[in-house]
Amino acid sequence: MRIVCPFCGERELGEFTYLGDAKPQRPAADAGEDAVYDYVYLRDNIAGPMSEHWYHGGGCRAWLKVTRNTLTHEISAVEPAAGAGAAKVGV
Amino acid sequence: MKYSIFSLARAALSGHKNWQPTWRDAAPKDRYDVVIIGGGGHGLATAWFLASEFGIRNVAVLEKGWIGSGNAGRNTTIIRSNYGLPGNTGFYELSMKLWERMEQDLNYNAMVSQRGVLNLYHSDAQRDAFARRGNTMRINGIDAELLDQAALRKMLPFLNFDNARFPVQGGLLQRRGGTARHDAVVWGYAHAASELGVDIIQNCEVTGFTRDANGKVTGVETSRGKIGAGKIGMAVAGSSSRVAAMAGLRLPIESHVLQAFVSEAIKPLIPGVMTFGAGHFYVSQSDKGGLVFGGDIDGYNSYAQRGNLPVVEDVCEGGMALIPMIGRVRLLRQWGGIMDMSMDGSPIIDKSPVDGLYINAGWCYGGFKATPGSGFVFAHLIARDQSHKEAALFRLDRFQRGAMIDEKGQGAQPNLH
Repeated sequence: MRIVCPFCGERELGEFTYLGDAKPQRPAADAGEDAVYDYVYLRDNIAGPMSEHWYHGGGCRAWLKVTRNTLTHEISAVEPAAGAGAAKVGV
Repeated sequence: MKYSIFSLARAALSGHKNWQPTWRDAAPKDRYDVVIIGGGGHGLATAWFLASEFGIRNVAVLEKGWIGSGNAGRNTTIIRSNYGLPGNTGFYELSMKLWERMEQDLNYNAMVSQRGVLNLYHSDAQRDAFARRGNTMRINGIDAELLDQAALRKMLPFLNFDNARFPVQGGLLQRRGGTARHDAVVWGYAHAASELGVDIIQNCEVTGFTRDANGKVTGVETSRGKIGAGKIGMAVAGSSSRVAAMAGLRLPIESHVLQAFVSEAIKPLIPGVMTFGAGHFYVSQSDKGGLVFGGDIDGYNSYAQRGNLPVVEDVCEGGMALIPMIGRVRLLRQWGGIMDMSMDGSPIIDKSPVDGLYINAGWCYGGFKATPGSGFVFAHLIARDQSHKEAALFRLDRFQRGAMIDEKGQGAQPNLH
């Protein structure tokens, strides 16, 4: 598996770190426990094309949104995802 | 048929022409009291315990491929019960005790070999953590010994003791741990379950559930037609989310790929199972002579049953750091299996919110050692509608309640467990 970074070009997988499914959105602060439980613990765990966050730590250190098929590892799209990591820790 | 020295002698004298198939390859009936989805170790063990311990013999095991084609034949065959947290400690010891009598129970040689499992430590802090885990094991009646470097130098002179960065200071040894032949485990359960009347149905993929007006599951739709069921248990490892989704459920599980490796066969070299404490690398030697080893999951969601090269490199580096001489051995094969990674690294054995559907999932990459224990407590749950006491904490709702069993303390990031 290689990822074509929009900033650095095609790079080997070892340069990237995986965060996970890009779909879950952090709920609003007053959304309640069930919404937080859903966000933190439950997963669609898609078998097929999935949009996910990767971090190019061994290169430009940008967060990327990668569309990848979990059944075949085929990557169909890579785009910048500014702030993806920050969103995950609740900025 | 019953296997014994006499059956072996009889078969040998007749030129090995009269062996019977190990289990009946059954066609599906219209209805069963219990249908188990998944013909791996856990599913077959569940069926056998239902029939042998709980008196429920009208049972079918549905397998989409063939028996032993999934993780049952892909793991690194290690058995152990060296866990430190309540919930895990007792459950894995229950499983270890069942390993110790499995071959007699099943009348099948599973090559259970208690050759010892050794976790190496490389720092004072790690030694203290291992001492604590060893003490936890011992007060729960499980064997554990903390060994220092001098003891290890006698036992395993080939370790890289003086590695500048990760010197081997000692290890925590569970002598009752070891390995078992994984294929024989599933064949043994299939054999014994089939003898008690369980139908093992291969090439039968579940495609949906049938439900009654109240939402209770009444059966499954499969590639071989509809099959009615009083109760349905699912033990499908990496496919857990996909099967649960057919019943409208979302699980706290991600599917990840774990790779395993075997070297060319060499003379006896590694006496037991050992794990590197400064990276993720574990190794044992099979009876055929190959070094069987593995490391971390690849780290990204996958259903592909194959991994990528960064983890191959990482695992081999771990091996070289610990046992430099294995650099002379050639890698023979490498493969991948799909792990049902839960959000705290521990399994889920519970009733599902759907009436009549029971879940056995979330084994991460530790499912093999749990095979007999998992089968026993899952059969208990299905037969009595009540968790076995050693599985009482493996609840589906524990994440909602904040009652996680997080042995590694990594939180809800499954690729780090």
